[in-house]
Amino acid sequence: MVRTTVIRKNRYLDSVFLMQVARRIAGQPGLRDASALMATEANRKVLASLGYGDGGRDADFATAGPNDLVLAIEGEAAAVAAIAADADAWLARGSGAASMAAREPRTIPEAVAGRPDCTLAVISVPGEHAAREARLALEAGLHVFLFSSNVSVEDELALKTEARRRGLLVMGPDCGTAYLGGAGIGFANAVRPGSIGIIGPSGTGMQEFACLVHRFGAGISHGIGTGSRDLSDAIGGISTMMGLDALEADPATRLIAVISKPPGEATTARLWERLRRCAKPVVLCLLGAEPGAIEAPGASPLAGAEGTIHVAATLDEAVCLALEELGLPGSAQLRPDGEALRRQAAFATGQLAPEQRHIRGLFAGGTLCYQSQAIFRRAGLAVCSNAPLSGMRQLPDPWVSLGDSFVDLGAGLFVEGRPHPMIDASLRRERLEQEGQDPSVAVLLLDFILGAMSSGDPVGGLLEAILGAQHAAIRKGGRLCVVASVCGTEDDPQGLQNQTRALEEAGVLVFPSHALAAAFCVEVMLQLRNRKEVH
Amino acid sequence: MSLKERINAANEEALRRIVAADPVLVDVAPAGDVIPGLEDRMILHSGPPVTWERMCGAQRGAVIGMCLFEGWAQDPAAAARMLAAGEIALEPNHHHGTVGPMAGTITRNMWVWVVENRAFGNRAFCRQVESFQQFGDHSPDALAGLEKWRDTWGPALGTAVRKMGGVPLKQLVARALLMGDEMHNRVVASSSLFANAVAPHLVVCGLPTEQVVSTLFYAGNHPFLFLGLSMAAAKASMDPVRGVEASTVVTAMARNGTEFGIQVSGLEGEWFTAPAPRVQGLLLPGWKEEDAGLDMGDSAITETVGWGGAALGGAPGILSFTGGTAEQALAFSRDMRGISTGLSPDYLMPALNFEGTAVGIDIRKVVHANLVPVIDTAIAHREPGHGIIGGGIVRPPMECFTKALARFAEKYQG
Amino acid sequence: MPTKVENLLQQRPVFLIVGVRGFGESLRDAGHQVVFLDWSPPAGGDPKLAALLDDLL
Repeated sequence: MVRTTVIRKNRYLDSVFLMQVARRIAGQPGLRDASALMATEANRKVLASLGYGDGGRDADFATAGPNDLVLAIEGEAAAVAAIAADADAWLARGSGAASMAAREPRTIPEAVAGRPDCTLAVISVPGEHAAREARLALEAGLHVFLFSSNVSVEDELALKTEARRRGLLVMGPDCGTAYLGGAGIGFANAVRPGSIGIIGPSGTGMQEFACLVHRFGAGISHGIGTGSRDLSDAIGGISTMMGLDALEADPATRLIAVISKPPGEATTARLWERLRRCAKPVVLCLLGAEPGAIEAPGASPLAGAEGTIHVAATLDEAVCLALEELGLPGSAQLRPDGEALRRQAAFATGQLAPEQRHIRGLFAGGTLCYQSQAIFRRAGLAVCSNAPLSGMRQLPDPWVSLGDSFVDLGAGLFVEGRPHPMIDASLRRERLEQEGQDPSVAVLLLDFILGAMSSGDPVGGLLEAILGAQHAAIRKGGRLCVVASVCGTEDDPQGLQNQTRALEEAGVLVFPSHALAAAFCVEVMLQLRNRKEVH
Repeated sequence: MSLKERINAANEEALRRIVAADPVLVDVAPAGDVIPGLEDRMILHSGPPVTWERMCGAQRGAVIGMCLFEGWAQDPAAAARMLAAGEIALEPNHHHGTVGPMAGTITRNMWVWVVENRAFGNRAFCRQVESFQQFGDHSPDALAGLEKWRDTWGPALGTAVRKMGGVPLKQLVARALLMGDEMHNRVVASSSLFANAVAPHLVVCGLPTEQVVSTLFYAGNHPFLFLGLSMAAAKASMDPVRGVEASTVVTAMARNGTEFGIQVSGLEGEWFTAPAPRVQGLLLPGWKEEDAGLDMGDSAITETVGWGGAALGGAPGILSFTGGTAEQALAFSRDMRGISTGLSPDYLMPALNFEGTAVGIDIRKVVHANLVPVIDTAIAHREPGHGIIGGGIVRPPMECFTKALARFAEKYQG
Repeated sequence: MPTKVENLLQQRPVFLIVGVRGFGESLRDAGHQVVFLDWSPPAGGDPKLAALLDDLL
């Protein structure tokens, strides 16, 4: 161990800065201690007491004064010499700490105090904290997009009541997508701006509707998410009604599409009352409504006070009605061609082994699972589901399919602690592998959902599993009929064509919409039933 | 009115009082003459209440020093015996409208700055700041500094201040903040401004030349001179905020080296304590981490009033204490803003576009943001008998705030 | 005068992201103004304290 002092005459540096220099030097390998000080008499005494200054024999040190700077270093000879030789560089160096970006605010009130121009809070915190953050956002004057699920009905009602009092909109809870002007929020697809305004619970239903509108050349003005319970009688459609008011006043919107599961009884009446007053044409898409319910309370199209109200039972019908109402062409592709479907289904059915008789739908999109059940029910076919429509059977164990089953893999129990199947394919891949081993499976119905926040390659994540299941079926002397649709646009990062082509190359039957895919499956299942009867 | 509305209204009132404060230095006087309830054989100390048995090394050293200073004991061992026998009363400064730096020890013959809050008429007191006895050094040299303050500097400054009719501190502090002070760990500019202000009055106040010259040298060359004043000013500003029903604003943060304690306006008279934290900072030459005592002193009163950590953004010069950057200094100030009730209209930070410092720490916001205040501080030795060994930044234990919040709910939720 | 919801539709929103950063990153990449919150569960995740805050804050 050696001790050395380096003196810089007539050099002043702030004492705190010098402490910082000393600490950096002392941290170098081979060094035991370092001090950097102005050489006041008191400081020299301290250093001398620590053994510096060679017992007074070091003349430079002994004569240094309060305007001189002293660097005192203790450690292994080579290390000390290296620092001493480079003393000025050590004294010139800044703190060396990486420049830190401005700190992000920790709470909503703090954020809004710093950025009063904020208008919309996008909240995706865990459910138990979601209502609190939403309330803080409302209190700070922000509209709320609430992606979080597991928010209680009581909390939802309290939030929406408070929001309405403040003239603010709550989109959600469990709201996956919204479009505001040019901005697609959450799991939104790259759709063209246009004249159709959407109000919907805002899962994949809104995405599918918007993508189909885009595909046929039209566009979206806004898409307002409401959460899946908004039109229940418990909530009374607070967000839907506020959305209607805003879209009615919005100059860009020429037609309003309302997508919903069947509303509560009291809310149905209020909704109709409101739609009749609407100054713009409305397409009401009531997914899963019982046949007959959607005709009430009058024939479709209904003449409202100002505009027209069309009623649809599927997203495709809603898109067709909207395009027709706006005088836009192109929607013919969405009308199922019964004869073509029958031929295609007959071909697929003909390749199946006798024991292959069931359909398994594995869904990333909850609304698409719901719509598929509605389409099956309309055809008189029953399936089991973990999220059954009225009239459908509850799947006793959601992890195991039974007979004909449609599984919503985005349901709460599947995504607790795991990424949603729209983001990560692993959950659905495992389930697909499981279905592939079941010799009774004839048809696999899948949905693929593109968009900025979805998986970078939704099809790629399942492709190997699809091929594996197909090969397994071939080995057993049959074929697996894999049916899919891709919800997205060419402008989505994954690219609609890329994803579709990859599926088609794997022998998957890809339909332009999920309703068409489901309609095809209905045809296959009907033919299988007939086959059974023939046998 | 809902409880939330009551709290918000109460905190607005608390903020109004802090902002309205008008601290004026009116005197420098013997503590025994001015501090209410300061009796003979009593030592006031920093932080929440503490017994001799639980007292940390530095504070023990300091109270031993006070026993010697007052002549109650002839040597440290005798002083320690008296203290252990309970012959000397120990009470927190905060229970007497007073604050003290580091160990914070005050007895009747210790002279104190007397600051009056002219907006409310209350007075607060703080002893002088030095680098030895208040850190636990009770050597004759350390005590000589206290004696010099008692016999020469204190009386001279008191005479000058009275002759001036008091020294208004609000503007002085505001100017110093624009000069890079944060009024806690960096008071170079304010000390200078104050020395300049009193100097001519010292010269003409008729005291012996030797005393005047000595005092001018003392005041003109003491980089921490003003800390005692800023602490007294902060205390005088915060005391009118005590006892605002339903207010969640912090009225004091104080540490005794054993425990960190906070007090809350709507919970007047109560302390919420947790073990004192370790200071993150730099040590003077010759000292090692293991020498350092835990966080100590009443000086965090400056943070409650919107100085210190809240004003760090304007004082990047001291930031290298934590190895940080100027941007980090700004971030600390923003941190404080996120947990405070409002901004000061008087105390501005040029680096933050002349926005005010954050004022009125709200225990609800602290717990909500999971973010405790930033406090600038010095470091004492863990054993008695040493002077200052370093300085840095400390964060109070969250436990103080969660305890206070739980108690607040218990008291007000009904 | 347009309502707040009408303003939301007609003016470019400024987003405050509370939770998953991906929501803000895709908006930012699309050229929108985004403010990120450094969110953590309030009260360090203590549900009792968080419930207290619901009543007091």
